[in-house]
Amino acid sequence: MTTIPLEYYLGLSAILFIIGTIGVVTRRNAIIIFMSIEIMLNSVNLTLVAFSIYLNNPAGQIFVIFVMAVAAAEAAVGLAIVLSLYRNKQTVYVDEINIMKW
Amino acid sequence: MSLTLIFFIILGILSIASGIVTISSKNPVTSAISLVFLFFMFAGLYLTLQAQFIAVIQVLVYAGAIMVLVIFVIMLLNLGNEESLKEKLNIRKGIGLLLSAILLLQFIIIIVAQPFRIIKAPGKPSQGTIEFLGNVLFSSYLLPFEAISLLLLLAIVGAIVLAKRKID
Repeated sequence: MTTIPLEYYLGLSAILFIIGTIGVVTRRNAIIIFMSIEIMLNSVNLTLVAFSIYLNNPAGQIFVIFVMAVAAAEAAVGLAIVLSLYRNKQTVYVDEINIMKW
Repeated sequence: MSLTLIFFIILGILSIASGIVTISSKNPVTSAISLVFLFFMFAGLYLTLQAQFIAVIQVLVYAGAIMVLVIFVIMLLNLGNEESLKEKLNIRKGIGLLLSAILLLQFIIIIVAQPFRIIKAPGKPSQGTIEFLGNVLFSSYLLPFEAISLLLLLAIVGAIVLAKRKID
């Protein structure tokens, strides 16, 4: 039986979520931003699984499966967008792509 | 100090370290490899929670499929190092770091200030198995399951349309 308090899992996933947030707001490379979003999704998954186990409710783990499916779809579409962006503008740095910036 | 807690601490420290390497490395390939390492650490954390099925599909879907896709795109784009990463903190980065710090503060306040008082209920060690989850997934959550398959189909079609050179 696990003897770890639930707060440890919540704290760890909060720290990892913040790491992902910092990656999104400070990096310029679109692929690194993409990977930071994956870190954020994973930390939320950790929270869901922890609550699911500690509350004896399978809904959290089912939701994690759905989140993983959405993340896979997001990976395919997002990387295709990055690829076609590179083909048109020869860059993946988000501050150089400002055609829709006001 | 139990063995599970020692495992949790090791996995937690390694996952935070590889997360920091992921967002701070100049080379995208280094980021991708440390992100794969981070996903394996997450699988270990799921095992400390006794969620075996989630741990397995974490390795299969994230570390296997998604990261292969990411590394493949990095290879296709042939990116160099990001030169201006170490440049001075401009206003955009400053505001971003400030907002992240505020968000972390909020998380810590929520977690610490009000204890959850949830103790793991004993007697059901098998609720992370594929048998248990499959029974729930194909009875109560059948409609969302079908909807997610439609979403995956749409993602396949969308990715092909977006990445094609020219639509004839």
